[in-house]
Amino acid sequence: MLLTIIKPRIERPLSQLERADVLIIGAGASGAAVAWSLAETRMRIVCLEQGDWVKPTDYPSNGRDWEERQFTDFNINPNVRRSPADYPINDSGSPIKVVNFNGVGGGTILYAGHFPRLHPSDFRVRSLDGVADDWPIDYPTLEPWFALNDRMMGISGLAGDPAYPPKEAVLPPLPLGHTGTTYGRALNTLGWHWWPADTAMATKDYDGRGRCINLGNCMAGCAQGAKASTDITYWPHAIRQRVELRTRARVREITVDASGMANGAVYFDVSGVEQFQPADVVVVACNGVGTPRLLLNSTSNRFPNGLANSTGLVGRNLMFHPYASIRGFFDRPLDGHRGPHVGTWSQQFYETDRTRGFVRGFTFQFNRGMGPALTAMVGMMTGLIPWGSGHHEAYRMLFDRSISMAAICEDLPEAHNRVTLDPVLKDANGIPAPRIEYQLSANSRAMLAFAIERGREILETAGAREIQSEAPILNGGWHLLGTARMGDDPENSVVNSWGRAHDVKNLFIVDGSVFVTSGGVNPTATIQAIALHVADNIKKRLANLFDADA
Amino acid sequence: MKTEIHFQAKLTSAQSRTLAVLVGSMIPASDEHGVPGADDPLIFADILKSLGRETVAIQQLIGILDERSGGSFVGLPIEQHQAVLEPVRQEHPLLIAALITATARCYYRDDRVMHSLGMEARPPFPKGFEVHEGDWALLDPVKARGPIWRNPDRE
Repeated sequence: MLLTIIKPRIERPLSQLERADVLIIGAGASGAAVAWSLAETRMRIVCLEQGDWVKPTDYPSNGRDWEERQFTDFNINPNVRRSPADYPINDSGSPIKVVNFNGVGGGTILYAGHFPRLHPSDFRVRSLDGVADDWPIDYPTLEPWFALNDRMMGISGLAGDPAYPPKEAVLPPLPLGHTGTTYGRALNTLGWHWWPADTAMATKDYDGRGRCINLGNCMAGCAQGAKASTDITYWPHAIRQRVELRTRARVREITVDASGMANGAVYFDVSGVEQFQPADVVVVACNGVGTPRLLLNSTSNRFPNGLANSTGLVGRNLMFHPYASIRGFFDRPLDGHRGPHVGTWSQQFYETDRTRGFVRGFTFQFNRGMGPALTAMVGMMTGLIPWGSGHHEAYRMLFDRSISMAAICEDLPEAHNRVTLDPVLKDANGIPAPRIEYQLSANSRAMLAFAIERGREILETAGAREIQSEAPILNGGWHLLGTARMGDDPENSVVNSWGRAHDVKNLFIVDGSVFVTSGGVNPTATIQAIALHVADNIKKRLANLFDADA
Repeated sequence: MKTEIHFQAKLTSAQSRTLAVLVGSMIPASDEHGVPGADDPLIFADILKSLGRETVAIQQLIGILDERSGGSFVGLPIEQHQAVLEPVRQEHPLLIAALITATARCYYRDDRVMHSLGMEARPPFPKGFEVHEGDWALLDPVKARGPIWRNPDRE
């Protein structure tokens, strides 16, 4: 049977594959979670992923060139990394560059593994602080999915954090080390909150993963398998339950039938040949840039401005989390590059205090030090290490003696911050690339400045010298949020409270695109909890999933 | 996942000689610390082999230095190098950053250099490293202050 698609530009018939009940696009944090959750239904589930599996033996920590490869084939910036799986991004219109990873596991391959949840207040920012919008769901709605996700990912932490409602810790926390001890003492002196971070590093052998052995370099992948990337957490379970994961399959567009329902996706296979995968339900899990790119590329007579985009909101309200980085050097050896980069956090400044000159707040993520080569690079580029005969003495005053922190600042939604399609730039398959237009708000600028001052105060209290700061971090676009926001009002949102597109009743979005606000924390825990929440709703509503009032 | 991108550009012999002078002036040998300079044959061979993405930037840098030296930077008396190099460092930070990156990543993985820093000359995996547990009693003051999270149902 030849495929019937409303678009005229397909000039030859595509091969038609066996129909899937559910087609998931993207095998990262959220795609993996939704695949695993839906697997128990025994539906035929196919996931298309544009990248490939990463072999543990390929991670940089296996070799002596481990620091170098952070800047080359494991660079967090896809425009620098330029692997075959990557698509280009025109981010010249943004002071913050997009970072991501395209492959099974998605961003969890290269993330730091900092794993906080959004807070209860994050879902009620309009009601509490008069800014942005409230979410259509709340913390209690997501709480069971947070907990389930923590168990699936094997999250380490310490119960009792005063910055959160009570929650269980699955695995013991990472060791404090010299870094956590130094920060802890300083924050106790200041009387400010700190706590062992929830992290994705398994501190004991867990679900087939080895325990963390402090390789460091977590942000270039974990050779030990201690860091919870979804290729080694959700996916093995999902595949054992007969979910089909098809790699090197780059989706060009989601197609619709005459009634406006999604009926599958056209993709380029590993050989570059176009294929059509028909499906009854389509779930998009491509992150806050990849998802609007795909929807905007999915035009048809029925949806000339892109799929699910009757409001024009697809791609708008992009939120990044502007980051401030503050680093200091000490007169004694600390952890250096040994151990996970993250370990402790502070949420002293998380909630709104209008006397600070901004609304909402941020998390301090406290980080360990740098490897030997990075120490030299940072030292020489900032002038702390001279060229010539003074090099070695100055270097030895810095090596193993630095710690840093990142302030993860809440980014409020603004319609002008957006993802569109670049009119010229295309990927290797000729698919239009995303273009980023993003400006820092006055609120974000004030928050960054405040965070740097408080960060300096912490480091000075800890006894640091040579304190350096940077804001916003240039290659800091780790968190891609808000570009297909959820809401109860179809005039003001793209998907409903359980991820279904208002415009297309069999299209679901489960990644960070659906965030209404960003919170001031790394979003992976919340992205995955939302994916499990959406999957649960799909399962509960199978009998009337496509009904207008389902 | 070794990238499939290939970098065709290579330094000429003359450019390589200039690069050796540059990296040696950046990180010279030290008897006090018992370490070679970055122009040590083994280390410099690693730098050349690993240039990759920095090649074009380093070629540009060497071209600028040669031009400001009247044709050949290495042809100048060594005591004149600094006078030519210093303004270029100020004016072309991205090119200098490429030079620093290419040099530091190879120098600081050399066995002799790592040993001088008290490090084992090995990759992180599979042995890993030790991180001390720390004193969890440090959290007692934080616990004593009680909850700080904002409950939206109570406002």
